[in-house]
Amino acid sequence: MPELPEPDVAREWLATMTLIRRFEERAGEMYARAKIGGFLHLSIGEEATIVGAARALRDEDYLISTYRSHGNAIARGTPPERVMAELFGRADGCCGGHGGSMHMFDLERRFMGGYGIVGGNLPIGAGIGLSSDYLTRDEVTLCAFGDGATNQGTFGETLNLAALWRLPVVFMVVNNQFGMGTSIERHSAVTDLCRKGESLGVPGMRCDGMDVRDTHTVVEEAIRRVREDRRPLLVEAVTYRFRGHSMADPEEYRTREEVAQWRERDPIPQFGERLQRAGILDETARELVERAAAERVERAVEFADASPFPTPESLYEDVYVLGDRPHGRYHA
Amino acid sequence: MSELRYREALNAALREELRRDKRVVLLGEDIGVFGGAFKVTEGLLEEFGERRIRDTPISENTIVGMGVGAAMTGLRPVVELMTINFSLLAFDQIVNHAAHIRYMFGGQVSVPLVIRMPQGAGHQLGPTHSHCLEAMFLHVPGLLVAVPATPADAKGLLKTAIRDDNPVIFIEHESLYGVRGEVPDDEDSLVEFGRARVCREGSDVTIVGVSRMALTAERAAVTLADEHGVQAEVIDPRTLRPLDLDTILASVRTTNRCVVVEEGWPHGGVGANLAALIAEHAFDDLDAPVARVSGADVPMPYSKPLEEIAFPREPDVVRAALSTLGVTSEAAR
Repeated sequence: MPELPEPDVAREWLATMTLIRRFEERAGEMYARAKIGGFLHLSIGEEATIVGAARALRDEDYLISTYRSHGNAIARGTPPERVMAELFGRADGCCGGHGGSMHMFDLERRFMGGYGIVGGNLPIGAGIGLSSDYLTRDEVTLCAFGDGATNQGTFGETLNLAALWRLPVVFMVVNNQFGMGTSIERHSAVTDLCRKGESLGVPGMRCDGMDVRDTHTVVEEAIRRVREDRRPLLVEAVTYRFRGHSMADPEEYRTREEVAQWRERDPIPQFGERLQRAGILDETARELVERAAAERVERAVEFADASPFPTPESLYEDVYVLGDRPHGRYHA
Repeated sequence: MSELRYREALNAALREELRRDKRVVLLGEDIGVFGGAFKVTEGLLEEFGERRIRDTPISENTIVGMGVGAAMTGLRPVVELMTINFSLLAFDQIVNHAAHIRYMFGGQVSVPLVIRMPQGAGHQLGPTHSHCLEAMFLHVPGLLVAVPATPADAKGLLKTAIRDDNPVIFIEHESLYGVRGEVPDDEDSLVEFGRARVCREGSDVTIVGVSRMALTAERAAVTLADEHGVQAEVIDPRTLRPLDLDTILASVRTTNRCVVVEEGWPHGGVGANLAALIAEHAFDDLDAPVARVSGADVPMPYSKPLEEIAFPREPDVVRAALSTLGVTSEAAR
């Protein structure tokens, strides 16, 4: 088992994972109260994959993810207030209420979305890598997606191109064992996902996605190698989502026993206990972390509640970049 | 001015913009070593090198998506799809990503991407290789659509497209690549979006021709004048979005009659859209319904005599124009 990081770093990891957990739980409650509409995909159980990966990135590295990305945005530093306001569809949301849960984005923090289409972010991640390569910059792109996405056409196309053009991309498969309601044994002929890129030219590594330290160690190594060698790598993080695919999912495709077994490996108490055993945190301090997360999330809900809805006039904003004197009709 | 072929005009536009702005890069199948399936990119690899002129594998959806990602992070990519037929493979990246990213992310980024592709039938390539799909791109908010019919417009519009910060669908035509025309030499001579070209003035009927059909409409106008004494005003919209509706409406208010000629299918086509717009804005000026001449509502057949009647020819345009004037097809023959 890898060594723990510096105490301050370890505490920050625990605090961020806890913040994400509380945020997601509260978002679920807000959805049940119809404050949030549409689809809501929660990362409960996957926090180690989010924080372990995000903390292996430099500020100038890019992160691109899927429709299950509230945690990615928060881990990169987007204020939970802006994420919750986006979920509530308010004007102060990080995307002005235009994107919602599946389409978060924060350019300033190089969190490049937030995409509703399974596999849709892979080519874009490779395109960001192309930019970095062409502009001869040092940055790496971490492109995260689920086990289901490894079957989308873009997986094969993108990995081939990234390997061929030597793009600085870490392809991270967040393998939570299910493509929506279909277990991995039923959707992938090869379940050893870290090997799935080999035939395309992208070697793979695996980490324990329920262990933030292991995830960080492996992802950090992958990023280091990609930054040096300028060749893509794949990292498979084996994890589990404790809730359904989305809030609308009755989870008829798995047993409660299976979920309960995985809950015993909950990444947050697991890491918290490890820190406690190592003397980095005591019981009181752990409670303070919990309370701080809960309070922050409450502030986020208050902020979201107080934020106005976008005006009707804003419906047509930001479809196009219009110059000083546009000619002709851009809309009907 | 120089006399250039349409493909040479495009080549000149690409060369000038590649020289002008280091952020411009080209991606496409066989654009480099092969010089492009239609030779539009000939010589560019030699001048600009393989980091800027990139031959891609056959992966349309991902090539476009990479263009999107690169455009979001500082480059100005020009993606070539070998023909519009293969753009269907890339529709997820074109619609859900290129067209929507600026809006759905609250204006935080733009996608300054140009996607070039030729379209058209007439070479017996059959159903999967003969599409004209401008209407499908016109349908999508977030995209701009250019349909140049002349070498000058091809060059001027492509330069504008590359300098524009929106995703532009740049539709060329396979049968126009060899057509010659006068092209300005000035490297800063651009054709603005949203400005239609009145190819020929007339007061009896307005004919709007899309892409290659602008040339067909011009030839029909000659026949209408010489053989029927009808003076047609021919308009080439040049861009479908943004659309220079004002020029078209001003013409219809004078002629009171309109024909739209397109190669695409009739349902939901450019003509259908224009007919609705003209009826909405100039109903009282119309003396006849807007007539549409479109591609036949069938997959494009292979056999030569069938293909010949499956997309608009000059006599079809003449007939349609005369019908708006109450002249029947028998009298027209």
